[in-house]
Amino acid sequence: MKPAFGDYVEGIRVMLPLLPGAVPFGMIAGAVAAEAKFGAAAGIGQSIVIYAGAAQLASTQLIAEAAPALIVVLTGLIINLRFAMYSASLAPHFAGLSLRRRAMLAYLMTDQSYALGITRYTADSEMTARAKARFYLGGAIAMWIVWLAATAAGFTLGSRVPPSWSLDFFVPLSFLALLVPGIRDRAAGLAAATGATVAVAASGLPFNLGLFLAAACGIAAGYFCETRWTPKKPQQGEH
Amino acid sequence: MDTTTLWLTIVAIGIGTFALRFSFIGLSGRLALPEPLTRALRFVPAAVLSAIILPAALRMPEGGLDIALDNPRLIACVLAAGVAWATKSVLATLAVGMGALWALQALM
Repeated sequence: MKPAFGDYVEGIRVMLPLLPGAVPFGMIAGAVAAEAKFGAAAGIGQSIVIYAGAAQLASTQLIAEAAPALIVVLTGLIINLRFAMYSASLAPHFAGLSLRRRAMLAYLMTDQSYALGITRYTADSEMTARAKARFYLGGAIAMWIVWLAATAAGFTLGSRVPPSWSLDFFVPLSFLALLVPGIRDRAAGLAAATGATVAVAASGLPFNLGLFLAAACGIAAGYFCETRWTPKKPQQGEH
Repeated sequence: MDTTTLWLTIVAIGIGTFALRFSFIGLSGRLALPEPLTRALRFVPAAVLSAIILPAALRMPEGGLDIALDNPRLIACVLAAGVAWATKSVLATLAVGMGALWALQALM
């Protein structure tokens, strides 16, 4: 049996290639906060209190546009609704852990930590809940440190990196590297294709609602494809 | 927005976001999800990640989406997807995607 320490190291190791993608994103979040005239405490502190890039960017943008506080809060939370889906997906893997540990795992949840965690847990059914938590924490803590450093750097430097470098392109590329190897059957492929298509078609919707609609359509498409085309289990009568 | 309102806003988003993240993980063991729901949850990563990727890849600096087929970002994304599929390597995906975008931007 591997020592406990090894799980943390393994978690850090698989997260490493994804960290560069978070740097430009975090720097943009910091630079935008500086431009919106946040103080250093609020500009960098929101990375600790909220710790969610897309929501931070959107809420900072709205505050800069002098939107009412309630709208700012609701927008941030709608963007983060996807975390409830991730939470439902991860919950069975973290069952039995202490409340404190589960709270920590929840706080550190990001798109990246979720994707790495769920991919590994699906591939390795032998893992215990404790090993799963250690693997997840290794990568998630590394991401937290990088995110905080990147926002602080962005806040200090402002937007001095020229836009022509297109560093924001690292963000979709990182997610692409997470997505593609996880598509192992037709149903998952259909879910991805549907999600991407609907997201583009609905990108004009306010408050990131397009993302939500796209996720719902993608999940429905995958589910429908699977229940329709895979051999059915014996039915227990009509529901 | 004054400093107090700013902090209240940040803290409200922070608490709400934690509640969303903790929701099902916090309930685990006390709430058994129905089987169709757990089956549907398998598609969350594919559906959500792809819905983040494509609009982000097509977004133009001025705002709005560029869905033309000769969009350098779209071409770079397709190449990177091919590399991700063939190698399963995050580093190779990032290197090819970024390299392709820079090369295409220099050429076009």
